[in-house]
Amino acid sequence: MSKTNSNPAVIEMCNARIGALHDATLAVVENVNWTVQPGEFWVVAGQQHSGRTDLLMHAAGLMTPASGTCQVFGCDTRGFDESQIAERLRVGFVFAGGKLFNQLTIAENIALPLRYQKNLTAAEAARAVEVLMELLELTPFAANTPGNLATNWRQRAALARALVLKPDLLLLDTPLAGLGTRHRQWWLKFLEQLRTGHEFFGGLRMTVVVTTDDVRAWQHPQRQYAVLHEQTFSVLGSWSELESAHHQAVKELLAEPVETNL
Amino acid sequence: MRGNLAKAFELTNTQVFRRAALPKSYTDLAGRKLFLALLTVQGLGAFALITLGVILKKFNLASSLIQPRVRQEISRAGVAMLPMFFFIALALGFVVVSQTVAALTKLGQSDYLGSTMVIVIVRELGPLLTAVLVLARVGTANVIELGTARALGEVEALEALGIDPVHYLIVPRVIGMALGIFSLTVYLIIGTLVSGYLFAFLQDVPLTPGDYFKQIAGALNWLDFALLALKTVTFGFFIAIVTCYHGLAQPLRLEEVSRVAVRAVTQGVIVCVLVDAIFIMLYLVT
Repeated sequence: MSKTNSNPAVIEMCNARIGALHDATLAVVENVNWTVQPGEFWVVAGQQHSGRTDLLMHAAGLMTPASGTCQVFGCDTRGFDESQIAERLRVGFVFAGGKLFNQLTIAENIALPLRYQKNLTAAEAARAVEVLMELLELTPFAANTPGNLATNWRQRAALARALVLKPDLLLLDTPLAGLGTRHRQWWLKFLEQLRTGHEFFGGLRMTVVVTTDDVRAWQHPQRQYAVLHEQTFSVLGSWSELESAHHQAVKELLAEPVETNL
Repeated sequence: MRGNLAKAFELTNTQVFRRAALPKSYTDLAGRKLFLALLTVQGLGAFALITLGVILKKFNLASSLIQPRVRQEISRAGVAMLPMFFFIALALGFVVVSQTVAALTKLGQSDYLGSTMVIVIVRELGPLLTAVLVLARVGTANVIELGTARALGEVEALEALGIDPVHYLIVPRVIGMALGIFSLTVYLIIGTLVSGYLFAFLQDVPLTPGDYFKQIAGALNWLDFALLALKTVTFGFFIAIVTCYHGLAQPLRLEEVSRVAVRAVTQGVIVCVLVDAIFIMLYLVT
């Protein structure tokens, strides 16, 4: 991975061919041209199986495009290996459903990246984890395993695990799926605070990218929108531009009542 | 990390072969089986080399997290199995040693007692039985745990956190199982020899404990100790590699986990027998 310029875009894809997670040779999205600047909040809308997760996996550098280029913080992900671990850790990823480690408690799940990357003992990591759990209202569930938690709290624990290393870019795959109304409101408010600079993270303005199949829940004048439909990725711009777009996929998404994928 | 996994674990072709309709002729079937076996050997070899590379390269990385996991695995593949091995040692002493001691004494061939015990218990039965029991109890659990983690996407989650799945999930299991099998084998051998004598004593075999243990000690040489250590560690290494490979290496669905566990145990037994055969040749040569 080589640096290309001193002030790069957070994500920059040029003619990227996005392969499927379980078979990289199978293209799910073609010719993605997408630039995410620091501090932006992007909402990528698409139905199930439209390639949302695969796109995020590429944006995180966990997969490389079959053709074209994908740069994260100015570094080509094709050469993404362990020597660039510091760059990789600038990206936080919240998977759909959380994908927490079932053998570990919630506190251990959150502490895991911190302990591995900074070589800390459980006691040394405990303080940082406690503070973060308090912020995300997870303290009562610290000793629970993920299997004993409701989706609402599992998803929040996954967010805590992604935030514990204080990333610059946060990628979230359908974070509102399966959440109750109160929790959805909490997420929308909290993610907006991350974009504008949450005091817990020293006012650092995080770049946020979310995927969704319920684009209306993410309506906000300062967000950018894109849509995935039939193997194409279309950048639409602001909410007003999205509403005025004559894109068939947009009409379908705006008509969708609620998120249904779990 | 992902590159490593992808290179060693790309078994898409294997899956195609496995799921294809069975060939009609016997020669085609034999060819298919042979091809699958070669692909498995290739995958296992690559996985073993990658694991060795990670053990050497990342020996001190994240030691605060990995070392407790290694201790946990030693406990699982060693300490936790001590009660079971106490029972096995008693049974083996009763079934094998006491009868052998009694028969040899009756035939007036008690001079061969030491060498017989060393060949049967120290070189063969002790290590092989330990390996098979650990494979059955801990190896199966490895496949199920890792297979479930793989099916639920936990491996991708580890990679997203910048954690090498081989380092975090495999290395502790390999080290734990190698040391666990070594320790359990020593325990089983000592237990079997002692309990065997006790059962022989109950049968009024005219052999003093001093003579019995003197004969065994006389039949042992330094090579037995060295090869015993090497053999048990090799058993542990390969059992962990086979079970972890099947659990982690292939993209799995939840319903496939039990089938993969059966295949891993079968291959684990085959690997143990092959390793044992290599060591028999070593004993014969030396």
